[in-house]
Amino acid sequence: MTTDLIVFLTLSLVAIATALGMVFSRNAVYSALFLVLNFVTVAVFYLLLGAPFIAMSQVTVYGGAIMVLFLFVIMLLGADSISSTSDLPWQKPLAFTLALVLVVESVYLIVSRAQPNLGITAPDASLNTMDSLHQMALELFSKYLLPFEVTSILLLVAMVGAIVLTKQKKAGQGS
Amino acid sequence: MDWTIWLEWVLKGFILCLILLTGFAYLTWYERRALARIQIRVGPNRAGPQGLLQPIADAVKLIFKEELTPARVYKVVFILAPVLTVVPSLILAAVIPLGTSFNLFGREITLFIADVNVGVLYIMSIASIAVYGIVLAGWSSNNKYAMLGGIRSSAQMISYELTLGLSFVTAIIMGNSMNLIDIVNAQKDLWFVALQPVGALIFWIATLAEVNRAPFDMPDAEQELTAGFHAEYSGMKFALFFMAEYQKMIVVCMIMATLFFGGYLGPFVDKFPLLGPVYLFAKVIVLLFLMIWVRATWPRIRYDRLMSFGWKILLPLALAVAFITATGILLADLYKNQLYMWSIPVLSIASLLVAVAFIYRDLRRKSHGRI
Repeated sequence: MTTDLIVFLTLSLVAIATALGMVFSRNAVYSALFLVLNFVTVAVFYLLLGAPFIAMSQVTVYGGAIMVLFLFVIMLLGADSISSTSDLPWQKPLAFTLALVLVVESVYLIVSRAQPNLGITAPDASLNTMDSLHQMALELFSKYLLPFEVTSILLLVAMVGAIVLTKQKKAGQGS
Repeated sequence: MDWTIWLEWVLKGFILCLILLTGFAYLTWYERRALARIQIRVGPNRAGPQGLLQPIADAVKLIFKEELTPARVYKVVFILAPVLTVVPSLILAAVIPLGTSFNLFGREITLFIADVNVGVLYIMSIASIAVYGIVLAGWSSNNKYAMLGGIRSSAQMISYELTLGLSFVTAIIMGNSMNLIDIVNAQKDLWFVALQPVGALIFWIATLAEVNRAPFDMPDAEQELTAGFHAEYSGMKFALFFMAEYQKMIVVCMIMATLFFGGYLGPFVDKFPLLGPVYLFAKVIVLLFLMIWVRATWPRIRYDRLMSFGWKILLPLALAVAFITATGILLADLYKNQLYMWSIPVLSIASLLVAVAFIYRDLRRKSHGRI
């Protein structure tokens, strides 16, 4: 148990440090890299909690695909360094207010130990073991089939939208 | 936990890294000799018998080479990038089973490092992390050509990762598990390549693109980009990129052998478990030769064609193949008749032919003047 605690504390420090690094980096590429590190650390948290599937998906989807695309765009647009003068003067105070609200909220939740009831029942305890893959798939494709399919349709719509947006010019030329 | 277990893990990891590093050195020799043979040359044959000491000579040369760090690079990332390229190629091998287990001094030693339940996903996630090394090398060099190489490779690797994932799916469905050991054991009677030849072929093409080998070696296309992402690297840092590429080749061939060619399985492997690594090694050698053969005989394909091939031909084909595999296995389960399994290879070869017809039509239309 103590080794778990030591690992957890070390990882939390890394997670917080990378999150701060991401926010305070002047260079957008460094920000993106800190974010990748943060995602990977979170994936290790999932591993500690006995959820290898989520951990691996986290690394593949967030650490791999999405952040590579981010980097790709940053490099392609040459937005390496952000200028210090912003066009949106109201942005900073708003961000600070929202962050403050979030902090107060979470502190309140921790202190009062109020469990938010969102109507989600905790899944089987067996889901937390290393053999959870089959069970998770069963749950996903039977109990939560509708949300799953709706999500996939949402992604499909986004994809079609992206293709339509980029195709526009060529279609005009062809006709 | 027992300290001997820790010792075993550390030793096994160390040995695996050692195998990969030696494998890398001798793969360069193997490739140069095979390429030379195909091009009717002799190849390196001076250092040692048959040139067998050539890799050592190369290593010594690379270590003593001067290392330059250009003036306006992003230094931290510049130094980090080669490391980020090598590490994934090494740790990928951790989940690949080399054999079952054997007894050493009355202690059962398993011939794999990690028996992970989500082995295939682990490979996917490490493969998706592997892009960073190349992208960052390109960016941190502060050089337009290197940057173009990095951007190209990130686009290419993201595109082919989807196809790679789908061909993993075919193997997962057939093996009914994400554990690589279970997948190997499911191939006791029949290698998956017989059941799903098209899936193996798609996996093969996608991995060629993932490890940036010819004909998909876009990131370092010499004619267009000088040396692409590693243009500014010299000495040992360059050697690390070189090392990563060849280690990735080895590991990818190991994965391919595990998923589609029965892994460590072979005659008498039940009685003599130490034969397992030997069989895997033999399969990897053959698969590596295929890679070298492709490099020797295929020209590099143009970048826009690479992209349209990946997205418009390979991805739909991989989707169709995954669908066919799942359907065939479902039918065989439903009607308790193994004959339905044979609809998988037939239908997937048919879909492959359709894809080839599409490519052919596309190429013909292009050669008639319409771009």
